[in-house]
Amino acid sequence: MLRNLFVRLIDTIPTLFLVLTLVFVAMRILPGDPAVAVLGDTATPEQLAVYREQMGLNVPVWQQYLDFLWGTVTLDLGRSYATGMPVTELIARNLPYTIELTVVAMILGSIVGIPLGVIAATHRNKAPDSGVRLFSLIGYAIPDFYLAALLLIVFGLNLKWFPLSGGGDPNFLDQLHHVVLPAVTLAFVKAAFLGRLTRTSLLEVFGKDYIRTARAKGATENRVIYRHGLRNAMLPIATGLGLSTLATLSGSVAVELVFNRPGIGRLLIDAIAQRDYSVIQGGVLVFAIFVVVINLVMDLLYVLIDPRVRVQ
Amino acid sequence: MSVVAQEPVTPGPQPGPLTTLRTILFGRPEAKFATVVVALFIIIAAIAPWIAPYDPLTQSILAINKPPSTEHWLGTDLYGRDVLSRLIYGSRNSLLFGFISPVLAAFFGTLLGVVAGYFGGIIDRVISRLVDLLLAFPELLLAILIAAALGGGFWNIITVITIAFVPGFARVARAQTLAVKQDPFVEAAISMGVRTPVIIVRHIVPNIMAPIVALMTLWVASAIRLEASLSFLGLGTQPPNPSWGNIIRDGLQSLFGSPWPIIGAGAAITLVVLSFNLVGDAVRDALDPSTAR
Repeated sequence: MLRNLFVRLIDTIPTLFLVLTLVFVAMRILPGDPAVAVLGDTATPEQLAVYREQMGLNVPVWQQYLDFLWGTVTLDLGRSYATGMPVTELIARNLPYTIELTVVAMILGSIVGIPLGVIAATHRNKAPDSGVRLFSLIGYAIPDFYLAALLLIVFGLNLKWFPLSGGGDPNFLDQLHHVVLPAVTLAFVKAAFLGRLTRTSLLEVFGKDYIRTARAKGATENRVIYRHGLRNAMLPIATGLGLSTLATLSGSVAVELVFNRPGIGRLLIDAIAQRDYSVIQGGVLVFAIFVVVINLVMDLLYVLIDPRVRVQ
Repeated sequence: MSVVAQEPVTPGPQPGPLTTLRTILFGRPEAKFATVVVALFIIIAAIAPWIAPYDPLTQSILAINKPPSTEHWLGTDLYGRDVLSRLIYGSRNSLLFGFISPVLAAFFGTLLGVVAGYFGGIIDRVISRLVDLLLAFPELLLAILIAAALGGGFWNIITVITIAFVPGFARVARAQTLAVKQDPFVEAAISMGVRTPVIIVRHIVPNIMAPIVALMTLWVASAIRLEASLSFLGLGTQPPNPSWGNIIRDGLQSLFGSPWPIIGAGAAITLVVLSFNLVGDAVRDALDPSTAR
């Protein structure tokens, strides 16, 4: 298990390196001069020179690249041009909100989605199954920002049960109060996905011989469903959980915008609008690290759930 | 993928392509519903200038955030523009991006996948590594990252959505090519000295098209969603041009004014994406039975 963990960890290094390089290249292939893009056409050559100096753009590209890599390792991502704050501090300030939102949405989505899938699979082609199918069809189609806006209009604006915007004061209850609507939005989409996935995986397992054997030897229906069925369907569900965590993370960008909630997604979108390149770079980096880490955790989860999966 | 026992092939009249298409599109009741909705939206997009009651860009200070009425069926937005007309014109954007990007992505993705699968070796290793890396990112996240670098505008949005979809096609095309490459007719062509480009175009590509086309139809819905999301985030279609995504963006700015732009545009996106998903499912089940539910 330890060796396994070690091999996987080593394996993420080239991936992270490749991601960093892509981020760097993407930020440099921008059409036009970033200094002109930020300061506008009316900027004097002196102003442009000062900006290039501040942003480290006055050295050769290879040195910029090395600076960027070194800065990432030492957690020095430069300063925001718009606010003058260190990018690392901006990230540290926003990150907890995004993590809070994603985690609450994941928990909500799983405790609704997986049981829905079990109900659909055990009532195949009956009313509950059709209901779950309709729910997942809508969940697959509805854009998260639309659902977010609808919830905001109904429960925020009209019923006034929940606050309209923001992340809440730094106490647990107020934070919880602010996270409910954004999290329900993302959980809805997640539950639709997990419900359908659980149904498919369970139905596949129900076709196996050992389920028939379990029934034949007189195991109770609950034992067949949960002990023999769901347990063996966990591997595809865990994969789906990982995939949909990433989807939830990208969904959080739009949801943070709708609810005017602090977070990495909104930090990134605001930075793009203001062409605040060092913040864009930092935001992109955080998402890239999320992707790599979640994939790593998924790989490790497989080994825990199914010991047959080993590093080749 | 593997077929264990082959059914004896009964020679008989093959159904024509049109008959097959009709069975796919009008077979199941839900597919029938979806086909009708899709057709309706295509017609609306095509004849938008003739059916839209107002110009989608004309502002009116006298009619800001009006609720639905007989004059304005879905009311007006924060600039006094007619919401229904903006929705009708917005359908053009959604459908254009929805159709163009998956086709382009299928082309480039298939190219990459076939090259990787056919030649193998270092080419395959490089392409596969890159594809795996890009596939690790959710499409929306990838699109946001590329859009951050490229900015808005028609061709930039097409590029963004296309790049976000290419890795998926490349992976499928590569796997299919690896399978087809083993087939006797390809080995025969190689030993007869047929030139490599000819083998790829005449023998490989036609035999891997079914799953590619199935994927392409499924991703029309994703492309429409993606364009709407990007426009909502301000990275897609730029105002004042209407797109379903930026109609919702504008609507949020005047939340206390009128909720109708949001409700209307969101319902349109949901209905169209739902319908394209259903059509895509039907096409996939017909073309690629191995993945059928």
